[in-house]
Amino acid sequence: MSKNPFPLDKQGLLEAYRTMRTIREFEERVHNEFAKGDIPGFVHLYAGEEASGTGIMMHLNDRDRIASTHRGHGHCIAKGVDVKEMMGEIYGKAMGSCRGKGGSMHIADLSKGMMGANGILGAGAPLACGAALAAKFRGDGGVGISFVGDGASNQGMFLESLNLAAVWNLPAIFVVENNGYAESTSRDYAVAVDSYVDRAAGFGLPGVTVDGTDFFAVYEAAGEIIKRAREGGGPALLECKMIRFFGHFEGDQQTYRGKGEVEHIRANQDCIRLFADKVMDAGVIKKPELDVIDKEIARLIEDAVVAAKAAPLPTAKDLMTDVYVTY
Amino acid sequence: MARKISMRQALNEALDQEMARDPTVFVMGEDIVGGMGGDGEKDAWGGVLGVTKGLYSKYGDRLLDTPLSESAYIGAAVGAAACGMRPVAELMFIDFMGVCFDEIFNQAAKFKYMFGGKAETPVVIRTMIGGGFRAAAQHSQVLTPLFTHIPGLKVVVPSNAYDAKGLLIQSIRDNDPVIFCEHKNLYGLEMDVPQESYAIPFGEANVVREGKHVTIVTYGMMVHRAMDAAAQLAKDKVECEVIDLRTLSPIDWDTVLESVENTGRLVCVDEAHPRCSIASDVSAKVSQEAFKALKAGIQMVTSPHTPVPFSPSLEDIYLPSADKIAGAVRKTMAN
Repeated sequence: MSKNPFPLDKQGLLEAYRTMRTIREFEERVHNEFAKGDIPGFVHLYAGEEASGTGIMMHLNDRDRIASTHRGHGHCIAKGVDVKEMMGEIYGKAMGSCRGKGGSMHIADLSKGMMGANGILGAGAPLACGAALAAKFRGDGGVGISFVGDGASNQGMFLESLNLAAVWNLPAIFVVENNGYAESTSRDYAVAVDSYVDRAAGFGLPGVTVDGTDFFAVYEAAGEIIKRAREGGGPALLECKMIRFFGHFEGDQQTYRGKGEVEHIRANQDCIRLFADKVMDAGVIKKPELDVIDKEIARLIEDAVVAAKAAPLPTAKDLMTDVYVTY
Repeated sequence: MARKISMRQALNEALDQEMARDPTVFVMGEDIVGGMGGDGEKDAWGGVLGVTKGLYSKYGDRLLDTPLSESAYIGAAVGAAACGMRPVAELMFIDFMGVCFDEIFNQAAKFKYMFGGKAETPVVIRTMIGGGFRAAAQHSQVLTPLFTHIPGLKVVVPSNAYDAKGLLIQSIRDNDPVIFCEHKNLYGLEMDVPQESYAIPFGEANVVREGKHVTIVTYGMMVHRAMDAAAQLAKDKVECEVIDLRTLSPIDWDTVLESVENTGRLVCVDEAHPRCSIASDVSAKVSQEAFKALKAGIQMVTSPHTPVPFSPSLEDIYLPSADKIAGAVRKTMAN
């Protein structure tokens, strides 16, 4: 066995792989099931971006809170939300994580520190400030992390949150998952600065940009700023430059993307393949070990889909539950 | 022990007693301390109306002055509430809600339902409503119907110091988001208020005057105008029953319907604009549920459907007056 050159031990590496593969399998399957017409509403897939959510969330525990985006499945899985309940929610079933009342865009589990995927772009930033403020009041060392895309980074509430976190020195981290597109609009067109680090600097925040397809780059950068925030060092911004395998939403024909762009990135910038190649090249993990995980995950997702499809829909009596003002 | 204090002092006392009782309660807003970070006196203001004055000296960093940044700090209050704290956020004027509608409408109001019952959001947003201060169109609105329309929000409007204390204590203890609306004209109004802590349950209207001829349903500042009208009408032997709704969501339909069953006549008074207002809402409900009891058409007295004007001569005729309310009562009596 070669010496391990990575910042995680073998068990940690396998865990990272398992999380990324779970997200990928989940998303690929949702993509296929959606195409069959079995899933109501619309979904936004995270496939291709797994290294970001996983590399960050591996530093967190249930006491740490995240506020996610409309592209939230990957964040949910990495934060420990039950995959079967997630799948049930996407199918709108009563056994879903939100009892069928939230759907893909609103999956939440506060017991896991997951404050919700959010259909309002940029809305997670002030919520994460609140989570960070609560952690600061309690003195429990927790952090609040919000995710936004490159598009939502232009929202006023996001920019206000950077200022608020800075003036209150909150243990808040703002992650910009820059996949290059705000729906169909290119980041280069819609964001007035070249670097999010410059933007953070405008609010007195340290910022760092990493290659979001490189799990280890994300893991190490996130580790540093999260540790700093836990120790009272205050907020920071992390930009992960990444790749979106699918369209903005399922059914999006992506004609705004360059010819061959998706094929090229799938072949050359797949964060999971890059991770697997690295750990295998270093001789720390052997392919059969990854294959075992792949098989387990395939079964997990198959079971989740079968269970979600078989589960009953909510009924009329569920319409008026969790309401506290009746008219 | 009761003593005469103003609504401003009653609100301060409610915050003080709840902060002393529950360490998860904290207060945030623009200038709610006043003087933070400057060279002068800390706790200089206690909010623009002095409601939180003195609390910083007692509770220190549980009072947070915020940047002028409603979107971020109201959102942070919502986030902290979802994480087990009980924030009371002051949003100076209800007119400013426009810049943080998302945090209120899409986040706070929806978490419990949208997350399948897995979240509680015990946030109180205290805010100032109402005209009569020559504050013009962007600092004088009522807007209570807007918030009442949204499922998932509770809307509270005290009309006096006693109710203000009891309703604010209930709001802080409540596990759901509350929009707590304080009328500018009422802060200085004094009455007997018990020193000890007490909570007034939501959804219980107050019959502030009993009468057999006409029911007047209203809330907030307009309770006082309605009482003035009722006093005028009593001289002509017209006895008005005046109902102060106290909370608009939830709303106490039982008290309203029972009163109309007895009087057979209804006048709805609302300082808000007429369309889709509390007045139109109450009118619709009574038409639906107690039509047979009605002896005359329902009357609504509201502000006109315009922004609030500045000039004193215009603002005075803009706001519903005791005379206008009395006129509406006489109209129903004529039928």
